[in-house]
Amino acid sequence: MAAITTQALVKEYPGGVRGVDGVDITIADGEFFALLGPSGCGKTTLLRSIAGLEAITEGQLHIGDRDVTRLEPGQRNVAMVFQDYALFPHMDVADNIAYPLKIRRQGRSARRGVAAEVGDGLSLTGLMERRPGQLSGGQQQRVALARAVATRPDVLLLDEPLSNLDARLRLEARTFLKELQRDLAITTVFVTHDQAEALALADRIAVMSAGKLLQVGTPREVFAKPATTFVAGFIGSTPMNLLPGRVEGSRVRFGSADVPVPPDAVGMVDDGAEVVWGARPEYLGWSTTAVEDGVEAEVTVVENLGASVLVTAAVGTDRLQLVLDEDHEPEPGARGWVTARAHRTLLFDAESGQRLDAGAGVPAVAP
Amino acid sequence: MSEMPARLAATPRVRHFVSRVLMVIGLALVVVFFGLPLLWLVTAPFDSVPTLAVSWPEWTLSSFAAIGENRYAVGSFVNSAIIGVGTCAVVLVLGAFASYALSRVRIPGRDGLLYALLLLSSIVTGTAAMVPTFQLVNLLGLIDTHLAVVLVISGGTLPTVIFILKDFMDSIPKSYEESARLYGARPWQILRDVVVPISRPGLAFVAVWTLVQVWGNFLVPYLLIRRTEQQPAAVLMYTFYTESGQADLRLLSAFALIFSIPIIVMYFLVNRRYGFRFHGGIKS
Repeated sequence: MAAITTQALVKEYPGGVRGVDGVDITIADGEFFALLGPSGCGKTTLLRSIAGLEAITEGQLHIGDRDVTRLEPGQRNVAMVFQDYALFPHMDVADNIAYPLKIRRQGRSARRGVAAEVGDGLSLTGLMERRPGQLSGGQQQRVALARAVATRPDVLLLDEPLSNLDARLRLEARTFLKELQRDLAITTVFVTHDQAEALALADRIAVMSAGKLLQVGTPREVFAKPATTFVAGFIGSTPMNLLPGRVEGSRVRFGSADVPVPPDAVGMVDDGAEVVWGARPEYLGWSTTAVEDGVEAEVTVVENLGASVLVTAAVGTDRLQLVLDEDHEPEPGARGWVTARAHRTLLFDAESGQRLDAGAGVPAVAP
Repeated sequence: MSEMPARLAATPRVRHFVSRVLMVIGLALVVVFFGLPLLWLVTAPFDSVPTLAVSWPEWTLSSFAAIGENRYAVGSFVNSAIIGVGTCAVVLVLGAFASYALSRVRIPGRDGLLYALLLLSSIVTGTAAMVPTFQLVNLLGLIDTHLAVVLVISGGTLPTVIFILKDFMDSIPKSYEESARLYGARPWQILRDVVVPISRPGLAFVAVWTLVQVWGNFLVPYLLIRRTEQQPAAVLMYTFYTESGQADLRLLSAFALIFSIPIIVMYFLVNRRYGFRFHGGIKS
């Protein structure tokens, strides 16, 4: 059990490309931490740097109170579950689970004992004699997890833990993983490109892009108060509405419509500042009668999401998407008013993409 | 009018029949061409007076008795076995290390180096390098030793072996080794626990292939071993003449049959164990 701290961590590849570019992060003891980002953002490189599979170019890495920056992977007391699980095809399940103990020169009977015990905890009873090739995807994943936790590591690293499972199994495995992590209370870092996975599993999420951290926060913070327009667009199963506009007094105008400046950004923007107004489709409503601060719009497309519908509405030349309850489904072509809960709307600086938040003390944007 | 369709229908049938007959005749010729020597190999040793023709033998085992009477025959098989097993050991150990390293380490011009080695390797055991090879071995004082033959043939076969084994090593996912490294495994442990067991079919294939190469190699031992009692079977066969200078067919036929058995047995054993799952690119 240990916390992980990185200081100005850099991983530079030959040729000058920086996979990880100056990352400062502190992952608390026992925390379930997600590294989230699009492919090529450096999240896997950061994970592999923590494991020691990539040599750190600059900066420092501490696990617990040990400086492990230059230590061999085997000396860091870190376990990792690879995306392909990396189970040895020529060993049976018990030998796979107990392989770390073999390296530590433990006797065969001790190894078998630990394998059986850990395997029982991960519902692998009765599968001990099988080869990995004879197991289902979910079982293979549990064997890989068993092997990783068999030696009680300080840190557990998971590389895209759910991506190799089919859709139905993924949900089941997600719950299982969260339960296991809570039971073991082991500091766990996992990499994913699936924002839903990160939101569902993690205690905290770090969103990465181009080797840098964009935001670190709880799933709720990252979802409700994204730090930049990039994070806002990346998080959420339906992307956030982001409309470019201009501040006019206490209103934000885009095209023919205008909305009030979000409460967070009041006092942060000057008249005439170029901004981006943001609102999640889930936080928007639809009214068939005129309402105060409503934006008049025409429904163009209605997509069924099961119990809800995704409605695309045209506001002048702009488009807004809203998720509505199936009981309030409008017809395509219908006219009405899009309503927004003001405290759920956000304002971003058009140039830097940073969110404008009076509470966070971001300086005002000049016109 | 009524005959026309019948004749039209008959023509393709006739054509089909003729092409079938021609094909069977062609295949029969091929079978005879390859089958006759094999038939001779199986029948001649049991004939009391073997000739170069294939005939129903007058059954006897006297040819095999003649081998027992030959001073060098049995010893030559032992020599062949020593050279074969020795070469296999050298080639497997060095080949496994070299191919693993070449598969994992990035060095500029690696593939070019491999192809160059592959191309040049045929020279080592070939006639072109006959004189320098002899001189080198002579300088090392290894003439008339099995070691000399083992080293020279190993040198000639290693590039091919490395080429084949590297293909197997390449197919082992890197995550296997990284996983083992995270548990603290040293490189030699990774090789022993992960890489070698997984590439075992490749190693088995290479072992059989090397053994076949060595067992049938005439030039290298002929060149480097002068003393008859040290010579392997492939070279000894060359000395089987009767007093009148004719090829001693009794001795030759029986010797050839025994000579071919180990390779055939070896093939079936390995095939049974590993099932030669090679498709084109030699991958399991």
